[in-house]
Amino acid sequence: MRLHLAVALDGAGWHPAAWRESPSDVFSARHWAALAAEAERGLLDFVTIEDALGLQSTAPDGDDDRTDQVRGRFDAVLLAARLAPLTRRIGLVPTATTTHTEPFHVAIGIATLDHVSGGRAGWRPRVSATASDARHFGRRRFPLDPDTHVRDLFAEAADAVEVARRLWDSWEDDAEIRDVATGRFIDRDKLHYIDFTGRFFSVKGPSITPRPPQGQPVVTALAHARLPYEFAASSADVVYVTPHSAEQAGAIVREIKELSGELKIFADLLVFLDDDADDAARRKGRLDELDGAELASDAAVFTGTPARLAEVLLEWRRAGIQGFRLRPGVVPHDLWQITRRLTAELRGHGAFRHEYEAGTLRGLLGLPRPASRYAEVS
Amino acid sequence: MTRKRVHLAAHFPGVNNTTVWTDPRSGSQIDFASFAHLARTAERGKFDFFFLAEGLRLRELKGRVHDLDVVGRPESLSVLSALAAVTERLGLAATVNATFNEPYELARRLATLDHLSEGRAAWNVVTTSDAFTGENFRRGGYLDRSQRYERAEEFVRLARELWDSWRPGAVVNDPEAGRFVEEGAIGTVRHHGAHFTVEGRFTLPRGPQGHPVVIQAGDSDEGREFAAANADVIFTPHGRLEDGRRFYADVKRRLARYGREPHQLKIMPGATYALGDTEEEAAENAAAIRRQQVGPQTAIAFLEQVWGRDMSAYDPEGPLPEVEPDLSEGVSQGRVPLKDRAAVAAKWRALAEEKNLTIRELVIEVTGRQTFVGTPESVARQIDEHVRADAADGFILVPHLTPGGLDEFVDRVVPLLQERGAFRADYTGATLREHLELS
Repeated sequence: MRLHLAVALDGAGWHPAAWRESPSDVFSARHWAALAAEAERGLLDFVTIEDALGLQSTAPDGDDDRTDQVRGRFDAVLLAARLAPLTRRIGLVPTATTTHTEPFHVAIGIATLDHVSGGRAGWRPRVSATASDARHFGRRRFPLDPDTHVRDLFAEAADAVEVARRLWDSWEDDAEIRDVATGRFIDRDKLHYIDFTGRFFSVKGPSITPRPPQGQPVVTALAHARLPYEFAASSADVVYVTPHSAEQAGAIVREIKELSGELKIFADLLVFLDDDADDAARRKGRLDELDGAELASDAAVFTGTPARLAEVLLEWRRAGIQGFRLRPGVVPHDLWQITRRLTAELRGHGAFRHEYEAGTLRGLLGLPRPASRYAEVS
Repeated sequence: MTRKRVHLAAHFPGVNNTTVWTDPRSGSQIDFASFAHLARTAERGKFDFFFLAEGLRLRELKGRVHDLDVVGRPESLSVLSALAAVTERLGLAATVNATFNEPYELARRLATLDHLSEGRAAWNVVTTSDAFTGENFRRGGYLDRSQRYERAEEFVRLARELWDSWRPGAVVNDPEAGRFVEEGAIGTVRHHGAHFTVEGRFTLPRGPQGHPVVIQAGDSDEGREFAAANADVIFTPHGRLEDGRRFYADVKRRLARYGREPHQLKIMPGATYALGDTEEEAAENAAAIRRQQVGPQTAIAFLEQVWGRDMSAYDPEGPLPEVEPDLSEGVSQGRVPLKDRAAVAAKWRALAEEKNLTIRELVIEVTGRQTFVGTPESVARQIDEHVRADAADGFILVPHLTPGGLDEFVDRVVPLLQERGAFRADYTGATLREHLELS
């Protein structure tokens, strides 16, 4: 029983003090290229890249003026595109916000990532609920409607994904004909208006970008509760959930299966890994002390050996979790532990691949390449 | 006085009939390999930058997607970011619309490209008030034509405020002191203008170039003024000597008003070319390319845009028909409208009669002949002369083939420009600003 394995990349790692034990220039392409290469060396399914339309902060809304944590991030779609020519098989899944952005631009950005990576693109859409981010755009008063604010943001995200999916399909695969006899480069009957009209925007189409190699790049969503589960079930191919035990994992899997039988369910874990479990715990404790607070995380925090983590993953796998998105506490240390040690442990249990078995991200995840919704079945 | 040198850029072949797809050497317009080939060729030729145009809606003719030309392109900044991984010195310029983007997000994406390319990002600022394109975007075609440059100007100013908002050296990354950023080094931008209200902090440190290079491509009086005030490079259609000299003098004269020196705005016309071992062969090649660019169906499509009616029944290899233009409404969408169709039609008819031209020959005659035609020696000399005569600071070359259309120019013309001392033998700087000698 194999499982899928991804890593979530963000700054110097997921502990806010990670940068203090592992100084590296997070504003250089080199930093990210090394991490992506390492993840690919470990044969992982994909890497995700975090992003937001405002500065990192410990405050719920707005800046916290802290100078002792990493502040600043690249646009994740561009960063993923920068990594594409440097990698060959691993999936690249950037975050892109749906709340203040143009669905058309996001859709062609992800389609382009799929073209430049030869079919390895994914997308993690996210919503932005804060008034501080809204002030970076100055177009909308936040909250939208105090009673339905978050519900509205997810409804808008679902519309943005729907627009992207229609745009990706708006060129049929064989639209380009290069027919010299008739002088036609394309068969325009195979380009389609998407005519999307919704509560938040309307988009005419077709896309300006030919259909991506995967047809539909992989859409993923992080979800902690019913509303985002519903969003994931309606819009995504992969959902990341955050159980804190095997029992919780089982309960979440059952809840999501009722919403969608097709969604791939991954669990997120924030990990500190060392050969000696005490070393991992001490390392995390030291970072907590440097940061002045115990690490707070939506996902379960694991400190211990790669061997023990492998057992946990297999236990959760039996509860119905199909894959894991691990958030390394510190890079590159905890990433190396994942790519070199954890994968070896999992292989020992027959639970992880020995080589890449497909050239596209959909292929690695066992998702078929869909036909365009606009293609006539002949 | 130092010798005036040429700046060169490579335009990725576009989605109009300039780009020939019927040629057996024509490759993919969307595969990354095509972009990588052209960019690497430009870098081998020590070009200043690689340039991508923009089109946010597929062009239409008579209410249907235009099907005769190459169509389909990537999102510009994403493909440039990928190209940053396969090139080291080449500048990377994206055309991005100021009408259908928001400053915070676009400034951030441009700053990202500048970091990820170590100082090679450029932004060609264009505007549109076109409701047709607006149908693909949240706020639609809401902008009045007169406000296009107003918005663009405020957009660029705000983007620069955002790029400047982190103090130089803000990121200290000092684990011993526990300080990632300097205290107070991330400024808060508070912008309240006619078009934008933006408040908050930017998410990126100042990029290697400080400000990515700003290019402007409009030709109207307003466009020239905008360029004089805001741009580092101007992309113009004025590639001919006399025309170019007038434009050059006019734009450079405007700079003083903004306290700027002539060298701080580089004037780079778009230019096409055809080469041959002899002048005769070059002229033959030029004519053959023109015939490829204007195929029979394309000739009729050009005619229909001016005549405003269905002309598909006429033989493109036959004479211009007697029928008069229908001036009721435009048939073309997503490209610049022809201003006065009646006058254009009259001019075309006079020309066809005078020279006894078929429809196709006429369209070839009235649409863009190559800027430079000749042997590599003569093309190198022409380019050098244009620049030394102050008709340009350099050229944005538009090859007619993807992806190999620049190969011959780089292999045969660039070495001659270098021999003349007219073009750099190698890069001397790391950033695009340095290549363009903008500081």
